[in-house]
Amino acid sequence: MTSYLKLDHIDKTFIRGSAETEVLKDITLGIDKGEFVSMIGHSGCGKTTLLNIVAGLARATNGGVLLEEREVNEPGPDRAVVFQNHSLLPWLTVYDNVRLAVDKVFSRLKPRKERHAWTMHNLELVQMAHAKDKRPMEISGGMKQRVGIARALAMEPKVLLLDEPFGALDALTRAHLQDSVMAIHQKLENTVLMITHDVDEAVLLSDRIVMMTNGPAATIGEVLEVKLPRPRKRLELVDNPTYIHARGAVLEFLYARHKAPALQAAE
Amino acid sequence: MNMPLMKAEPATVTPATTAKVLPLPPKRPALATRTRMVLGKVAERIVPPVVVIAVALLIWELLCRRAGSTLPPPSRVLTDTWELIVDPFFDRGGLDKGLFWHLSASLQRVAFGYLLACFVGVALGTLVGQSTWAMRGLDPIFQVLRTVPPLAWLPLSLAAFRNGQPSAIFVIFITAIWPIIINTAVGIRNIPQDYRNVAQVLRLNHLEFFWKIMVPSAAPYIFTGLRIGIGLSWLAIVAAEMLIGGVGIGFFIWDAWNSSHISEIILALVYVGVIGFVLDRIVAGISTAVTHGTAAN
Repeated sequence: MTSYLKLDHIDKTFIRGSAETEVLKDITLGIDKGEFVSMIGHSGCGKTTLLNIVAGLARATNGGVLLEEREVNEPGPDRAVVFQNHSLLPWLTVYDNVRLAVDKVFSRLKPRKERHAWTMHNLELVQMAHAKDKRPMEISGGMKQRVGIARALAMEPKVLLLDEPFGALDALTRAHLQDSVMAIHQKLENTVLMITHDVDEAVLLSDRIVMMTNGPAATIGEVLEVKLPRPRKRLELVDNPTYIHARGAVLEFLYARHKAPALQAAE
Repeated sequence: MNMPLMKAEPATVTPATTAKVLPLPPKRPALATRTRMVLGKVAERIVPPVVVIAVALLIWELLCRRAGSTLPPPSRVLTDTWELIVDPFFDRGGLDKGLFWHLSASLQRVAFGYLLACFVGVALGTLVGQSTWAMRGLDPIFQVLRTVPPLAWLPLSLAAFRNGQPSAIFVIFITAIWPIIINTAVGIRNIPQDYRNVAQVLRLNHLEFFWKIMVPSAAPYIFTGLRIGIGLSWLAIVAAEMLIGGVGIGFFIWDAWNSSHISEIILALVYVGVIGFVLDRIVAGISTAVTHGTAAN
């Protein structure tokens, strides 16, 4: 069976003058429809580059990305990205930020009234309808990220790409938002590819965790399936043996076998 | 601000003996207090400039009142030009018109030249900001041409247009356009990659990208250019009109000099200064209204 989203032998080499840096080497991964996959690795291993290739914002040097067996090589709303730094347009209100996406994607498919309803629906999904007339600078970091998620969901993407979406948030806000994402995933059954460097986050949210080796020439080191039933409850998982085992496996990969280059140097 | 509130509080604490505390609606200070506060704030701003102007006028008066002084004291200026001040709308045909007509003629030229410079400047700035090729090709030319003093263009434009009016407008245009081009280009080049990514994911076309991302994102820079531009236009018009003649505040000043009406020159300078200030404030006001919220993330 072929996968819904397929990363097929992706290499990425940056060329600056005469210097060539091989960032990614031979990345092959299949993601099924409705699956939540996390990619974890130390910073600098090319996770974001890989996500950008899937999003179409960067081109692979070799290999490519197939979505529903069709090659993708340019950005598009079928692979909506939730950016690390939210990337809301500061001159638009929360509503208008989402509406811009809705108008663009559904301009011919839905009449004006439905587009409004769809915008509000997605804001309600992330519990941000109350702040629809605020500008991004008037809301907190967690709220901005919620709006970013609403904007991505509003495009009805085939694949939702999350680029360390909770990286810039404090621990409490992050936990809250993770719960929201889990609930949304449960409800809408989206296919999600998330970049993260947080082990707990990866185990809690994912069906599979893809562990990346260190760069240069980073590749997939190991793939771990997280066989925890959904819906998952953060508190119940604390002493769940499957959870503890998965967490241990990822930690072992990251800190025993593929230590961050900086940590290695320090020893 | 807090004073009246604090005074009001003890009064409400006393009924606490009844064991029930009602939430107080936030109380606004009394009208008289508020008026006094506003007046106080206004006075803080108004008093210093008034004092400084009064002192400056006094010194000027003292310096120029002596017999044989080359410039008139402010009191003379006022009496000499009283007619011009109270009746700016007279029109005795030809060039013998009230100051209003001179100023409005100058403002019209500035408006034409400046608006033209706005459109062409933003367009060229966008081109230079967007395309590396255009930047490499055009930037050296811009950098050289922008150092040419405004009046140096006048003979050339007179030769080209063979008429004073379009020549003056051209001089305004060519004076105002450089800061607009350069600031727009910087603004466009500084559009964060994040916004470009958003545009790409949404597949915005060129026109949508221009209106929805580029213009709002670069607006603070563009308006900086527009503000410098309006200032330079107003600087250039007076000099240009002195040379081309016709109705206009520049010619009015030159004419007053030729007829040795020094007081009229001084009055005209006051008007030129005030209008230049107002023009700057107008563009600055539009800028704050339009770029509201764009600067912060």
